[in-house]
Amino acid sequence: MKDFNYHSAKDSKEASKLASSSSAFLAGGMTTIPSMKLGLATYKDLIDIKNIKKLSGIKVSGKSVTIGAATKHVEVSNSKDVKKAIPSLSSLAEGIGDPQVRNRGTIGGSIANNDPSADYPSACIALNATIHTNERKIEAAKFFKGMFETALKKGELIEAIEFQIPEKSSYQKHPNPASRYAIVGVYVAKHKGDVNVAVTGAKSCVYNDKEMSKALSGNFSSSSIDGMDLDSSEMNADMHASAEFRASLVVTQAKKAVDAC
Amino acid sequence: MASLVGSRVERKEDKRFLTGKGRYTADINLANQTYAIFVRSPHARASIKKLNIDKALKSSGVVSILTGKEIADDKIGGLIAGWAIRSEDGTEMKCPGNPPLAKDNVNFVGDPVAVVIAESLAEAKEAAEKVEVDYKVLKAVTSTADAMNGDTIHEGIDKNLCFDWLLGDRQKVKEAFDKADKVISIDIINNRLIPNAMEPRACVADYNAASEEITLYTTSQNPHLSRLIMSAFGNVAPEHKLRVVAPDVGGGFGSKINVYNEDIVCSWAAKKINRAIKWVAERSESFLTDIHGRDHVTHAELAVTKDGKFLGFKNETIANLGAYARVFGTVTPTYLFGPCATGVYEIPAAYTNVKAVYTNTAPVDAYRGAGRPEATYTIERLVEKASMELGIDKTELRIKNFPTAFPFKQTLVHTVDSGDYVAGMEKAKQMADYKGFEARRKESEAKGKLRGIGVTSYFEACGIAPSAAVMSLGCGVGLWESAEVRFNPTGQVTVYTGSHSHGQSHQTTFAQIAADELGVPIENIDIVHGDTDKGTFGMGTYGSRSLAVGGIAIVNACKKIVEKGKRVTAKMLEANPEDVEFKDGEFIVSKSNKKKTIGEVAFACYLPGVRDEMKSPLPEGDEPGLKETSFYDPSNFSFPAGTHIAEVEIDPETGHVKLEKYTACDDFGRIINPMVVEGQVHGGLAQGIGQALYENAEYDETGQLMTGSYMDYTMPRADNFPEFNIGYTCTHATTNPLGVKGCGEAGAIAAPPTVMNAVIDALGGQEVTMPATAEKVWKACKNLKKSNAKAA
Repeated sequence: MKDFNYHSAKDSKEASKLASSSSAFLAGGMTTIPSMKLGLATYKDLIDIKNIKKLSGIKVSGKSVTIGAATKHVEVSNSKDVKKAIPSLSSLAEGIGDPQVRNRGTIGGSIANNDPSADYPSACIALNATIHTNERKIEAAKFFKGMFETALKKGELIEAIEFQIPEKSSYQKHPNPASRYAIVGVYVAKHKGDVNVAVTGAKSCVYNDKEMSKALSGNFSSSSIDGMDLDSSEMNADMHASAEFRASLVVTQAKKAVDAC
Repeated sequence: MASLVGSRVERKEDKRFLTGKGRYTADINLANQTYAIFVRSPHARASIKKLNIDKALKSSGVVSILTGKEIADDKIGGLIAGWAIRSEDGTEMKCPGNPPLAKDNVNFVGDPVAVVIAESLAEAKEAAEKVEVDYKVLKAVTSTADAMNGDTIHEGIDKNLCFDWLLGDRQKVKEAFDKADKVISIDIINNRLIPNAMEPRACVADYNAASEEITLYTTSQNPHLSRLIMSAFGNVAPEHKLRVVAPDVGGGFGSKINVYNEDIVCSWAAKKINRAIKWVAERSESFLTDIHGRDHVTHAELAVTKDGKFLGFKNETIANLGAYARVFGTVTPTYLFGPCATGVYEIPAAYTNVKAVYTNTAPVDAYRGAGRPEATYTIERLVEKASMELGIDKTELRIKNFPTAFPFKQTLVHTVDSGDYVAGMEKAKQMADYKGFEARRKESEAKGKLRGIGVTSYFEACGIAPSAAVMSLGCGVGLWESAEVRFNPTGQVTVYTGSHSHGQSHQTTFAQIAADELGVPIENIDIVHGDTDKGTFGMGTYGSRSLAVGGIAIVNACKKIVEKGKRVTAKMLEANPEDVEFKDGEFIVSKSNKKKTIGEVAFACYLPGVRDEMKSPLPEGDEPGLKETSFYDPSNFSFPAGTHIAEVEIDPETGHVKLEKYTACDDFGRIINPMVVEGQVHGGLAQGIGQALYENAEYDETGQLMTGSYMDYTMPRADNFPEFNIGYTCTHATTNPLGVKGCGEAGAIAAPPTVMNAVIDALGGQEVTMPATAEKVWKACKNLKKSNAKAA
């Protein structure tokens, strides 16, 4: 690992001020630190945002659950409020990585990194989340731009994620057996009026499967998507799963999610 | 005094391990030490056109940079294969040179070409990045099956073939097959594994210019053997000027048997720079450069009668050695594999043919089970297939071909002294509720799931290796073990064993044995190992040999102590030595009430007449002191055996295999500590199930390791396993005084075929290669659905 300067920011303003083209925000460091150790990323400055009090914590209102960006996975999975309001979100958090990762990794870090196999982006899409940054509010549908790419500008810091409480929801994941990242993860959420079927792991970026959303909005039953033959041409393929297998898993996991709702 | 052998004595080593007081190689820091980083080849096969260290030398903190040239100039020897194998045509095996630092050619990704030594680790790393190596990249050979058709990797080794070895009689096998009603054949891949010990390899080398001694602290399973190899073949230092210490070692599984490049280079370089050097592998280096295991491609056939009697067996295997032949590289796919090929069955005619090939991959060597898992996988997959094709129950077919009497003289090599395979099978069936399977299968079916049951009956040759057997096969040296039992004058005991402990609990089990033999409380017994300065010699720990060989050496040394004690007691009490009996730590003159404790005797051996009645020195012929040594060379291998039964449930929609039940019923002979044995069985099963369902080392065609981290190499986790159902039968080994057989490798040997037989049973007999990953199983489920639809 190359030498770098470590800063601990007091508030978002200071964090943002310290940011430059050769800096990174450090929350849990679950991706940043290994990338630096492997020489895949180098930064001149790391700006630690964990000590910014405002960025941690969970608030539940009648319609939404708002989670501070520096809130750890374990805090989301253990939160009684989250369990009550959106149980699927708490169980998603419980299934991320391993205990070490869950005790350090944060929701904001996961979303800002936008790993194509990460779990949280699917929750954002399925639960019509609003990403609150120090500069603006961004709808989840417009936030995730592509592989490891988001709408965030340099120096822009996620402060909180606001999830809409659905009528019913479930997240089902077929994990990579080694890393436990999602080979395919499907987050189904039934809101008043429409159904979101957010898929992670299958393509270069999380997406809402329109075909399944439409079918389930008409009839919220796994039978309405059973046997659906998805186009696999844009699906990821690696040593753990071919595109064809992923396409099949998307439907299977979606069915499981609907059944679990 | 109650016997400790057989009881669940708590582990003496746990206090230090569980409180963070273990002392591993990476914990050792010496004054003024430097740090080493190895520059490694990023290519699987290349020639080195130019190596330029000028820039790197100017980097901050650099002490020295050494390359293949310096090591060759200093005539430091390379890494070696420990066992000579002769091909079927009588020619000697062909082994390439394997210099500790490559000078002209590199042959796998990770092959080291230079070492950078600096004042700090960070400076060493930075400088290593500045070493410029100009490679001419050559076409790599990576496939085991096609290696013989690839470019020649090592000059003069045609077809990349190290040897083409035969065990058995081809003609007799042909005759047996001619008589057969049916021939069952199978093609098998035994997947390549990476051992993944919890502690990565490390070494700290120190040089004392005054005494001219090198001390090497290293993660070794066999420090004496390492010293011998480094001295006799590596030319690093004469043995008396080289001390090798293997302190606490966090797991080996065979991967720490070898002397590695880093051990030799750091020892040699420490003397050159006259400073201590520390090197600790990063996990990615472990993936690339630790020896790998397995990697066989096999075609096997079994000739049977229609009522299921086995007549003949043949096994044609290509074994991947990787880039170089290392210490156990050549013996693993031959003498540890071939003799076990016919399993627990009477098969009158058999042969095993092994072609060992070089590829541009990490060297392959002994990994938990070493040869026996590969042998067992082949025969047990074949027998299960035979049961399907013959329509005979899988347990009945096995029982039908078990030996009816012991000793069981096998067709190939072994004479198995003891066992009761039928009893093991019956007990395993009962433990697993074999009868109830059909009902459970129907329950799974009702949920839309596929359920399968798989059986394996295995035996293994452990306690390696009796010199007589090894030398009669003409393949190298036997592997005896030594022990030294030392009494302090005040009665505590130190036992030095040549069997290194890196997770095997020797500190406890060996102390249990010595406590029983000597009648000394276990807390007064220390087990010492892992330092060439502390014991005479030792062959080390592997091949389930610690107890069956090392343990017996301790017993024999204890017996010598008792014999001397009897003579000294006789002198003390003015009796005949023949009239002195020893029991529970007391020497008793028979038919009298005169006795001495072993503590009193020990004191008298050192200080006669001080606390006892003796008016003159020890008996004639006995020297003062109480210390005895034994070098034990076993008369035969030991042969653990057993039957394992697994049940899996498969989700046809996702291909997910859930291991529902796992039953292991093993015969390990006498068990010293049931808790320790359970731990060994659990660990072995985890690795065996890992091979069947999860683990796979995969190289791409250019020789890059695709599974070079835990992101892609699936190490099984606790939630992958059911509660293991473990039981035993017991027949004592007749060839050693404890009646012990060994338990360290059984799980890794039996689990892969057991689990795969269950998976393949669930899939209606469709072959799936290990590991049975979700996608492979999903595809098989789709095929099954198609063929069922057709049948309907």
